[in-house]
Amino acid sequence: MSLEQALLIGVLAGTGAYLVLHRTLTRIILGLVLFGNAVNLLILTSGDRPGEAPIVGREGDFTDPVPQALVLTAIVIGFAVVAFLLAMAYRSWTIDGNDDVEDDITDRLLAQRRSRPDADAPNTGEAEADAEESP
Amino acid sequence: MSALLPLLIALPLTGAALSLLFIGVRAVQRVISVVVAASTTAMSVALLLDVDRDGTAVSSIGGWRPEIAVNLVADRFATLMLTISSTMLLAVLLYALGQRTPDEDSRFYHPAYLALIGGVCGAFLAGDLFNLFVWFEVLLIASYVLLTLEGSDHQIRSGTTYVVLNVIESFVLVTGVALIFAATGTLNMALLPGRLAELPDGIRLGLNLLLLIAFGLKAAVFPLYSWLPDSYPAALSPVSAVFAGLLTKIGVYAIIRTQTLLFPDTNRTLLLVIAGLTMAVGVVGAIAQTNMKRILSFHIVSQIGYMIMGLALGGVAAITATIFYALHHIPVKTALFLVEGIVEREAGTSELSKVSGLARRSGPLAALFLIPAFSLAGLPPFSGFLGKTAVVTEGLDQRSWWIVAVAIVVSLLTLVSMLKIWSGAFWGTPEGGPSDGREGDGILRNHPVMAGATTAVVAVTLGIAVFAGPLYRFCERAAVDVTDGASYVAAVLP
Repeated sequence: MSLEQALLIGVLAGTGAYLVLHRTLTRIILGLVLFGNAVNLLILTSGDRPGEAPIVGREGDFTDPVPQALVLTAIVIGFAVVAFLLAMAYRSWTIDGNDDVEDDITDRLLAQRRSRPDADAPNTGEAEADAEESP
Repeated sequence: MSALLPLLIALPLTGAALSLLFIGVRAVQRVISVVVAASTTAMSVALLLDVDRDGTAVSSIGGWRPEIAVNLVADRFATLMLTISSTMLLAVLLYALGQRTPDEDSRFYHPAYLALIGGVCGAFLAGDLFNLFVWFEVLLIASYVLLTLEGSDHQIRSGTTYVVLNVIESFVLVTGVALIFAATGTLNMALLPGRLAELPDGIRLGLNLLLLIAFGLKAAVFPLYSWLPDSYPAALSPVSAVFAGLLTKIGVYAIIRTQTLLFPDTNRTLLLVIAGLTMAVGVVGAIAQTNMKRILSFHIVSQIGYMIMGLALGGVAAITATIFYALHHIPVKTALFLVEGIVEREAGTSELSKVSGLARRSGPLAALFLIPAFSLAGLPPFSGFLGKTAVVTEGLDQRSWWIVAVAIVVSLLTLVSMLKIWSGAFWGTPEGGPSDGREGDGILRNHPVMAGATTAVVAVTLGIAVFAGPLYRFCERAAVDVTDGASYVAAVLP
């Protein structure tokens, strides 16, 4: 692995991780794409030094064909997953006009309880049901 | 018999493709699904008997030498998990067909479900790390579709967490696979034990941790569990029954397989601590919930701890206990979610505050809940008691007192939260519901197929308790295979 490759993988993974930490699904997806490319490059560099095309019957210093086969599979899988995520982001947008990732149910429940501390114990069940039905 | 190995993967995937072709014709889709699921079950039973008689079956795809081929390997452990999983997949499929509501029988349910079966079979049979990853992806992508089948707001929100976390898990797994390839030059699970043993300790530990993090997230062990109780309850009941029963256990299977075969000499103290925390955090989370589905989801996390505990203790006896525990846990968890599905169908909700008096309305339904619930809590004479006793006895033998204490306390707390469901949903007087006024076991008679499938799964859990002796001896033979890495290598590379 050369220094340029290592740097490229590092930068891709770093920016990917940064984008994944955002709240909008679109940015998360872009982050996952970058991160996925970093991982794919890592697979590619896991073979030894580059060399000739490995064709049966030829002589010489061949490159390792296995990582290339692996990376092709990984790229196809990544493509499918990204397509699915994009469909989900679009669906999220058609439902409520944005693609923000919301807090989970327990977080919302706690926030609700904090905002009205007196109406606590007897209403927990209903509050939870509300949180489930109208997130 | 080794011809069955590729067939077990090819048949469900072909079925999925056919099912996609008949996308508008639901009757054809149903026939394809039932035929494929039934023949997968039959084939895995045949394979189980065969492997137990003749030892590990290996199939090298394309007839290449096993050193370089894509191998499918079926030892006793793999076929046992395969058999119980395919049986559950068949039962849940029948249950889903019995629901007979248009939205719960979506056009894409059958293709995704068949792809899930293919992925599950592939993950159990994979003989090299990269194919393990590929089959994990197949079943994950199918599970993404199944989880968000309705496309409702709630499902999309929970689905986002599930998909994004699992994609990141896949990246960690691929990174681990790439680094293992860079370090050893192979991904074949039969060649890896020898080559990994030659690596320096530090590198081996790093590779081990990468795999452990990836599979740990899949299995929902302690720091990586939070996605599970958030996403599983969002799915439709038959879907969450399959997820609860199977998916995390495939993660556990992968952890056991890689830990025992590839990294046999690692110090397992960290794993033991993780097991204790997983048990405790899961059950405490369950007690705090007021929704039946969420309580059951937290229990999945808690129960995973027992399996990791057995693995962390190490040795043939502890691995036997772990395998038996996993074998008992899959049908029990599936049964609980199937009962929950009937409750939700009948009462329109799984909130404990809005359901009550089910025991008076349907005694048989209450029994169907009570048997797996007691089994999960580990009360005698059910299968969970035997599984837990085996794990705890092994902990006592190895003098790990604190983990035994945690296991017993968690078991009691499990019973407490099961009683919470019991007193919330089953006890008390029936409230006004859509089907008030019916008598006796009207609930079950209204949903004959759903009730039949649930009863069959509960019968499997009882069967495990009744035939515990022979099954335990089988688990012991499987554990001998698993702990003796040399026998795996010898079977693949003759």
